[in-house]
Amino acid sequence: MITDLGYGTLALTFLLSIYGILAAVWGVQQRRPDWIDSARNAMLLTFPLLTLSSLSLIYLLVNGHYEVDYVASVTSNSMPLYLRITALWGGQAGSLLFWCWLMSAFASAVTLRNWERDREFLPWVIVVSLITLAFFLGLTLFVENPFDRLWLLPGGIALKSFFAPQGAIPYFQSDGKGLNPLLRHPGMIIHPPMLYLGFVSFVIPFAFAIASLITNRSDDRWIRITRRWSLVAWLFLSLGLILGGRWAYDVLGWGGYWGWDPVEIAAFMPWLTGTAFLHSVMIQEKRGMLKHWNMILIILTYNLVIFGTFLTRSGVLSSVHAFAQSAIGPLFFMYIGASFVISLSLLLRRWQDLKSDLHMTSLLSREALFLLNNLLFLGILVVCFWGVIFPLISEIVTGQKVTVGPPFYERATAPLFAGLLLLMGIAPLAAWRHSTVQTLGKAIWKPTVVSLLAPLIAFSSGVRNWAALLGFWLAAFVACVTLYEYGRAVIARSRGHGESLLRAFWNLAGRNRRRYGGYIIHLGVVLMAIGIIGIELFQKETQGTLAQGEELSLGPYTMRFDSLAVFDTADGRNVARAVVSVYKNGQYVGELYPRRDYYYESQQPMTIPGLRSTMEDDFYVLLVDWQPISSAGATFKVYQNPLVNWLWLGGFVFIIGTMVAAWPEREISPATARARRRTPQAARAS
Amino acid sequence: MEQTLSSSASNVPANRLKFLIGGLLIVAAVIYLIITSTQASAQYFMTVAELEEKGSQVIGRDLRISGAVIGDSIQYDPQTLTLRFTVAHVPGDNKEIEAQGGLAAVLHAAVSDPGRPRLQVVYQGVKPDLLRNEAQAIMTGKLGEDGIFYAEELLLKCPTKYEEALPEQSEG
Repeated sequence: MITDLGYGTLALTFLLSIYGILAAVWGVQQRRPDWIDSARNAMLLTFPLLTLSSLSLIYLLVNGHYEVDYVASVTSNSMPLYLRITALWGGQAGSLLFWCWLMSAFASAVTLRNWERDREFLPWVIVVSLITLAFFLGLTLFVENPFDRLWLLPGGIALKSFFAPQGAIPYFQSDGKGLNPLLRHPGMIIHPPMLYLGFVSFVIPFAFAIASLITNRSDDRWIRITRRWSLVAWLFLSLGLILGGRWAYDVLGWGGYWGWDPVEIAAFMPWLTGTAFLHSVMIQEKRGMLKHWNMILIILTYNLVIFGTFLTRSGVLSSVHAFAQSAIGPLFFMYIGASFVISLSLLLRRWQDLKSDLHMTSLLSREALFLLNNLLFLGILVVCFWGVIFPLISEIVTGQKVTVGPPFYERATAPLFAGLLLLMGIAPLAAWRHSTVQTLGKAIWKPTVVSLLAPLIAFSSGVRNWAALLGFWLAAFVACVTLYEYGRAVIARSRGHGESLLRAFWNLAGRNRRRYGGYIIHLGVVLMAIGIIGIELFQKETQGTLAQGEELSLGPYTMRFDSLAVFDTADGRNVARAVVSVYKNGQYVGELYPRRDYYYESQQPMTIPGLRSTMEDDFYVLLVDWQPISSAGATFKVYQNPLVNWLWLGGFVFIIGTMVAAWPEREISPATARARRRTPQAARAS
Repeated sequence: MEQTLSSSASNVPANRLKFLIGGLLIVAAVIYLIITSTQASAQYFMTVAELEEKGSQVIGRDLRISGAVIGDSIQYDPQTLTLRFTVAHVPGDNKEIEAQGGLAAVLHAAVSDPGRPRLQVVYQGVKPDLLRNEAQAIMTGKLGEDGIFYAEELLLKCPTKYEEALPEQSEG
């Protein structure tokens, strides 16, 4: 019953989306606003309908309806309620439905905005959003249907299908396989929804961009409308990436947070183009330049979002050859190919209309530095893309299978990331339009001198790694410039308005949220950079097999293996849990409990580290092996991860900054905006 | 704003050249980084037979070798964490494996055929649970002068679990 309801509403939403697309196009052609309103209502309805469909699937998951194939493959009797709900995105079919649901939420929301000033965009925003939604709904309905039931054919063969095959009887199982244990982690509960929210919300700015191209508006209206959408999309995407890193650190048991595997890269690529986009739209808003470039960036971002959705959940990444084996693969590539060709040809058609009448005048002007920042982001994108497709290319060209691993990405992107940090320090001090070495130098020398303290302190405390020293200097440089800019503006405002410093700080951030939110984000990046330098360049590891009471040392730490217990739990796990005592510089600092859980249902082990975390470093212990008689000994792998907590702290600051930037602010009237733009000095201070 | 426009209009071509050169420099730097990093960290997929054939040519290169584990050859010293075993040649191409009856059949045939090319492997680290007879070992590392393969990373796949192969983090 509920299965039928879920499938029925899904099918209805698909038909409604197709109707909405046709009605919008018809309405434009016949100049009939009533048809466009009808399309708008169709788009509004997708969200309640898909909510019904998703709730149906959640009902089936929660109540253990194992006759439904998806339910049987991701839940089991022993799973608690919250995990059964999150199983909605625990497999491919369910996560496609989930994707559609979130997409429809954004699509519905966008119909509710005030369209009076830009009604000509409306039909095309509907068309683009609904085409995207219809594509994913079609995949869910016809290729990966989460409501497919299991049937038993007379020959005893099990089969999955929504409708009953000839002569088949329903196949009821008493228990399911259960969710992949790796996904049973708090980070995994919110990580995929955040990533998906980031993905789907980038569809809206893209829809406006395409609408702007089709209606031939060459101004920056679409950017102004979607400014907040883009920031919100970026916020979710960043949050998704950071939570994913934390999850990897806690669960995957290799002492790291980012492994450059294709799934991670797939989620990282739209973030790169999105970040470039957020920066370069500012140049279009302020100077009316880079109109083509912004279009290209949003088109790239949209396509990378679709590509990323496909890669992160399709499970076909073990080999490039598996693409062809999944029914979904060719469909995705056809869709991405078509959307790329169509949007780029639209852009080419409008190329002349988007020509800017302004030119960049100075290599050191802020817009030039922003452009440089964009090139570096795209450079990183190209590196990532090359790494993912390289095995395929080399096999086609030379017949030899060659792959590149994490060292490739680290080597190739590190200088580019360093370049971005440097720019992050210089660009806020450069003036729009025209900057010379003298004016820039005058603004920059004070923070530069102060920032040199950081590498000096690091050097005197024994750091001899030149890359680390350079990294610390860059981080300090950005921090100094950002705080200097903040401080200068706060003092100026406090003097000018007669406000207290705190009051001035608050008002300043409120006045220009994007600018000062952006600075907070930059500070977050600095903290993250410190953490990344720490763990990447100074991580230490060792391993050893210890008998009870024996010790293992690493850096300032010593751990003693005290005991080990192996037991079964009520939720179907076999747990091996070790107790180790940790000493730092001879001082007892606490006990850790590294363990290994073995999930009977899915026959999968999971290694959970014992972790002692401080701002200075993390002591990370993995239990990798043990003898059946616990006193005989156990094998541990131990890491010392210096400064890694700065990475998580930085992530937190980063997200706060993005929230500040995305927080709604009153729309400034064009007159004041122009007045503020008149002099470079005023523009910098505001 | 109007003033800047007219004053800068005269040297637009010169400016454009400046920006073009700047852009090209960045592009060149990115290409340079990609090429050198690819060369420095490329891993070559090879089968045991290909490795035997190439022999000394590939000493010191980063290689990724796949082979069938021969159960009797596994030696593990838990004190020094030194693991030694021998693998037998299996085809590298998925289609070929399918044609020969799937991975389990291919691994079984490889282990029971003494005429197949074989390779001795040394690995420093914890012995993975999945290391057993007729498991597929995927090793990254370098070939030594002594003809022994020194693995830095060891990944195992068991035919029974091949359908739901473990994610990458199961490395030893």
